[in-house]
Amino acid sequence: MAKSTKKYDVVIIGGGPAGLSAGIYTARARLTNLLIERGAVGGQIINAEWVENYPGFTESISGIDLTEAMHKQATGFGLETLVAEVTGIKITGRQKVVKTSQGDFTAKAVIVAGGSERLKLGVPGEAEYTGKGVSYCATCDGPFFRDKEVAVVGGGNAAITEAIELTKFASKITVIHRRDELRATKILQEKAFAEKKIKFLWDSTLEEIAGDAFVDKITVSNVKTKKKTVLNVSGVFMAVGFRPNTGYLKDIVKLDDIGAIITNERMETSVPGIFAAGDIRSSSIRQVIAAAGDGAVAAISAEKYISGQAGLFAEKS
Amino acid sequence: MSKPVEIEEAKFSEAVLKAETPVLVDFWAPWCGPCRMVAPVVEELAGEYEGKVSFVKVNVDNNPRIASQYGIMSIPTLMLFKEGQPVDTIVGFRPKDELKKSLDTAL
Repeated sequence: MAKSTKKYDVVIIGGGPAGLSAGIYTARARLTNLLIERGAVGGQIINAEWVENYPGFTESISGIDLTEAMHKQATGFGLETLVAEVTGIKITGRQKVVKTSQGDFTAKAVIVAGGSERLKLGVPGEAEYTGKGVSYCATCDGPFFRDKEVAVVGGGNAAITEAIELTKFASKITVIHRRDELRATKILQEKAFAEKKIKFLWDSTLEEIAGDAFVDKITVSNVKTKKKTVLNVSGVFMAVGFRPNTGYLKDIVKLDDIGAIITNERMETSVPGIFAAGDIRSSSIRQVIAAAGDGAVAAISAEKYISGQAGLFAEKS
Repeated sequence: MSKPVEIEEAKFSEAVLKAETPVLVDFWAPWCGPCRMVAPVVEELAGEYEGKVSFVKVNVDNNPRIASQYGIMSIPTLMLFKEGQPVDTIVGFRPKDELKKSLDTAL
């Protein structure tokens, strides 16, 4: 494929709700824009079988359907999309060059909305048994565990949502959580506690995953008593947190201690003309609505930056 | 540009096991988000490796026996077959450059 060196007003990195929302707003501002995504658009939310907290949908909608609609909407206003892997951003004065596997793209402003990915726990057996019982996506892999016993590791929204989804397939789901209470939203907790198939192992951490060709047991340790327990399970679903996709950005913009991009309320990063939105941002609440909101703010800030009117919000105060 | 071909169980032997060129099988399902993520990347690879590797897709929902025969417990799984044998397996979404590296090493 020919290497391109096209110029745009705004290049958006990442095709989740933050990037797509930024795409809608920049396109409607009549800025030329390109959204670069390493796979199909959608972001992490495409793993969600149902989204029931995005306003306007009285019936829950799947993550795939929601983001496909966002993409269609953005494309309708003129957003261009490219499948490529971003490898770096080069800054020369006010101009930014986004380097990708499909060539370089010059932009006046860049909106980084590359999201995050599931954290690996790093316990023995985890890498070895990935795809052989260890999974990072219950929606994808749940059907392979019909009538089997599985474990879910974690206590946040992702873990509890996965445990609930797995009740459709697995015979028993043990949630292993290192604390004695869940971090997940109350409504999810209520659903999980009401499910007979879901059991909880509190104050517990996963120590080891073992088996033969496939996972058949895990070792769990109680953080208070130090007592170790072996559970016979066929599947282990990992939901222990997320890592921002900022590998190529660490020497470019200021990151926090977990590698998320630090921004102000205008979504400005430490580099003028580079904005960040969504889960990749420090202190993100990791919700579709927040990502979409971030994307809109970043787009409007980028528009003001390009037209030379800094301080959009400052004018009001 | 050649595109990955969707095949059913009845065609698996002919299209994959008895194929003269190596075959990359994309095990996927419609409910799987990362499978959708990886699909356009696999399509591009199908174009770039035209003549060297053929690309097929197996929907695990419609073809559970093949999925279970090859021990698929996570999707997307990309499995490279040479002379009827699986020689490399990649589980989960990977960027194109990484997939190309795996393909080039295994070929």
